[in-house]
Amino acid sequence: MFAYFLKRLAFVLPIALAVSALCFSLVYLAPGDPLSAVLPSDASQETIEQVKADYGLDRPIPVQYVIWLGKALQGDLGKSISNGRAVAAEIGNAIGNSLMLAVLAASLGFTLGALLGIVAGYAHGSWLDRLLSTVAIAGVSVPHYWLGIVLVAVFSVKLNMLPAMGNGPGGPWVWSWEHFSYLILPAVTLSAIPAGIVMRSVRALVADTLKSEFVTGLVAKGMGHATVFRHLARNIAPTALAVVGVQLGYLMAGSILVETVFAWPGTGLLLNNAIQQRDIPLLQGTILVLAMFFVLLNLIVDMLQPLFDPRIRRS
Amino acid sequence: MNGTAMNGTAVGDDVKRPAMLASVRELSVRFASPQGAVHAVNGVSFDLAAGEVLGLIGESGSGKSVTLRALMRLLPESRTRIDGSIIVGGRNVMSLSRGLLNEYRGGTTAMIFQDPSLALDPVYTIGQQIAEAIRQHLDVSRSEARARALEALEMVRIPSARERLDSYPHEMSGGMRQRAMIALALAMKPRLILADEPTTALDATVQIQVLLLLRELQQQMGTSAIFVTHDLGVAAEICDRIAVMYAGRIVETGTATEVLRSPRHPYTQALMASTIHGSMRGQRIEGLAGSPPDLARLPAGCAFRARCTRAQAGCADAVPELLPHAGHAVACHVAQATQPLRAVPA
Ligand SMILES: Nc1ncnc2c1ncn2[C@@H]1O[C@H](COP(=O)(O)OP(=O)(O)O)[C@@H](O)[C@H]1O
Ligand SMILES: [Mg+2]
Repeated sequence: MFAYFLKRLAFVLPIALAVSALCFSLVYLAPGDPLSAVLPSDASQETIEQVKADYGLDRPIPVQYVIWLGKALQGDLGKSISNGRAVAAEIGNAIGNSLMLAVLAASLGFTLGALLGIVAGYAHGSWLDRLLSTVAIAGVSVPHYWLGIVLVAVFSVKLNMLPAMGNGPGGPWVWSWEHFSYLILPAVTLSAIPAGIVMRSVRALVADTLKSEFVTGLVAKGMGHATVFRHLARNIAPTALAVVGVQLGYLMAGSILVETVFAWPGTGLLLNNAIQQRDIPLLQGTILVLAMFFVLLNLIVDMLQPLFDPRIRRS
Repeated sequence: MNGTAMNGTAVGDDVKRPAMLASVRELSVRFASPQGAVHAVNGVSFDLAAGEVLGLIGESGSGKSVTLRALMRLLPESRTRIDGSIIVGGRNVMSLSRGLLNEYRGGTTAMIFQDPSLALDPVYTIGQQIAEAIRQHLDVSRSEARARALEALEMVRIPSARERLDSYPHEMSGGMRQRAMIALALAMKPRLILADEPTTALDATVQIQVLLLLRELQQQMGTSAIFVTHDLGVAAEICDRIAVMYAGRIVETGTATEVLRSPRHPYTQALMASTIHGSMRGQRIEGLAGSPPDLARLPAGCAFRARCTRAQAGCADAVPELLPHAGHAVACHVAQATQPLRAVPA
């Protein structure tokens, strides 16, 4: 088991390194000159050189990368070009907001998706299965922001039940109904895709597992529906868990449009601003943190797998 | 087939036998499929006395597994039509309510599957899987169920049984897994064991050990068994009676000695000829010319006629009935018209 953990860890390090290199090289992949955002168009050659030196852009690229990585490891992601604030602090504020939104959306999506997936899996091939699968495909294919706008139109504008913008008064970890009410619409919007994806995976897992010989074996020894379901759940849990883990990662990074629609001050909104303002350090930092979060999440999922599946545990 | 001609008993049962544990009459199973109804079992009747072992033999696809699964009501209900009657231990299996069915499954009748690596749940330990079955059928505590699971593992002579309680199926060898499966089946002391090719997934040497163990426990507990195999050597070794199946029908049945010594049906004879080579032991059914008929489009008359070397014009007219003939029963127009060369003593 310990060897398994070490192996997963050893596997993750090169991935993390490659991801960081990719994030860094964004500056050079993005069209245009990163300096044009900060400098007036008529800046003199001297000013340009000066600013370049300030940002360390006059060094060879690999050296720049090593310096950037070294600082990043110490929690220093540089300063935002647009407002001069520390990128790490900006991300720190935003990531709490995004995490809360993503966790809620993932839980909602997982619960809904798993429930519908189980029903559809048991009813495999029936009209109910086809209906639920259609709903799931709709959930995956409907554009996020469009769903968000519709929900706002109905619940905020027409019914005036829920707030449409921002994250409410106080910090991200204040617990009150008022505060929570700000979370509802963006979380529901964001949960559509994971709900659809989880539903489709769980449906396939349930239908396949129900066909497997060990289920016949359980029935043949006289076990009732509840016991068969318990065995089924234990068998599909590892895979379902992995699917949700990946979805949580996507939610952290993929909520740019939804956070923008709801003006939710998370990493998505931060990214949006960074792109709009060509704020390279902010962009690099945010993407790096999100990518690392994704890698970490996969690692956690991998580490949790053996708790559910004895075949991984003992091999 | 005609039930009245058999006077309420399956043919071939003219010899007096002790009280019947199981009695199957005119069992037929049809599956709905896009190609039309698949006639997997077509009017199978047999009786099984307490403590008796019946061997079902025949090529693959002849309906042996489907017959066993019907006896346990394991076939998918929505796509399957089952007719006929199945009585086991005095109870009509076809009309059992859900609750009684769960008592019957595993309690009265237990199944030993062909491939234990598929039929056991990979994420539960052997001990958990046996104990939960025990608790389903007997009102005992968790620790008592575990103690009984251990007894069951010791009964099938699994080495270091106590540790094996906490092993997962993938941590055991194929032979050990099948022993565990047998322990699981026998832990509830069933009256009938259904074993579907229980050793085909195992190595040859392990096969014999497992078979002998199964035979020994069956005799010791006085359990009846239906044993599906396509190994005639195995059938000769452990079965009291044999029923040969072809295209979902029993084409020949009688005591194991009778059927294997003096087969009357051309199909049984072909099976024997293709496997006999001096010894029957360990030989599989193979090399029989042609292939079994499409079960969605069964021909009129005898289903074996297209592959039969002795077929005559009349064979296409009617399905031959299973009738007593020279000490056992055979369903063949030609055999029924011929006087047996040698009378077999009863
Ligand atoms: N669930 C099912 N649905 C449709 N056809 C089936 C099903 N189970 C078995 N069959 C068909 O029934 C026939 C008999 O199968 P089976 O009893 O498994 O043969 P065997 O004698 O080899 O055990 C085969 O043609 C098989 O394809
Ligand atoms: Mg079979």
